[in-house]
Amino acid sequence: MSMNSTVLAVIALSALVTVIPRILPFILVRNLRLPDAVMKWLSFVPVCILTALVIENMLMQEQSRLSIDWPVLLILLPTAIIAYKYRSLSMTVVSGVLLMAIYRNIL
Amino acid sequence: MLTDSVSRSTSLTFVQGFRDCLPTLFGYISVGIAFGIVGTASHLSILEITLLSASVYAGAAQFAICALLLAGSPLSAIVFSAFIINLRNFLLSATLAPHFTKESFLHNIGVGILMTDESFGVAATKLKQFGSLSAHWMHGLNLTAYLFWNLSCIVGAVSGQWISDPEAWGLDFALPAMFLGLLFLQLEHVPSAKWKLYATLILCMIAAMLGLSLLLPTHISVILATVIVASLGVVLDK
Repeated sequence: MSMNSTVLAVIALSALVTVIPRILPFILVRNLRLPDAVMKWLSFVPVCILTALVIENMLMQEQSRLSIDWPVLLILLPTAIIAYKYRSLSMTVVSGVLLMAIYRNIL
Repeated sequence: MLTDSVSRSTSLTFVQGFRDCLPTLFGYISVGIAFGIVGTASHLSILEITLLSASVYAGAAQFAICALLLAGSPLSAIVFSAFIINLRNFLLSATLAPHFTKESFLHNIGVGILMTDESFGVAATKLKQFGSLSAHWMHGLNLTAYLFWNLSCIVGAVSGQWISDPEAWGLDFALPAMFLGLLFLQLEHVPSAKWKLYATLILCMIAAMLGLSLLLPTHISVILATVIVASLGVVLDK
């Protein structure tokens, strides 16, 4: 068990800058009522950000060169069918991981 | 673990929050183990890996921190990267915060401090089904996730002495698979009158992500594309 002081500083400061965006909205929103337009805007955030996170995971950026991670895109297709058919998160994740393991070891 | 998707039960208790977390656990476990292995491969000790996952508690940022530490990046650059990668949490918290205004200040801090993409996805689905959320339910959801994330990171850190390549096990794919599953759960609750609107928004998101990522780091594209396309949603929705 060892602790490097640089690593410790990185951990402490990263934790601080991570916790601020997480709790700040909870502190701000308590003292004001948001207008309907803002609430409507927020209602679109889940679908938008989840789409963004799926796309982000199939992109590769190296030295500002953008390319598509084809294996991820390929395995996302059957995973999407499973997600649609079974409507179950665990089913979707377990089969996705299995399909990716099969792809990387056999194909 | 193979329980059904987010439960339709009508209670918002701590125990129900725990139950609603179960379908996401395999995702946390896979990515957590993968992180522990990568942490060990990046020359971090088990104690450092444990501290990192317990205090930063953010998958993507933890991987980035390991990579930057290994590359010998300066402290300021590493902390700035962690900040930018997790900035999207502001959007997640802002979306859920209006539903907790009746709860105490401490409950609000507690809910916010353990916010993750996954717990946000589950909560947003619950909100669409049930119309409201409670701090106790959210604590059940968040604490279960937090516990399993940290245990998995430790298991990964220990097994990292024998396994060096988590990708061969497909573990890294748990993340996109989880986001895709959460997206489908969200779409399940879209009323049929709004299918066209949501299809348009998803196509715009894909275009915006690809376009913005040509110019900017992808984690900044995630935030910008969401802000732009959610605004488009307000304009298009009559």
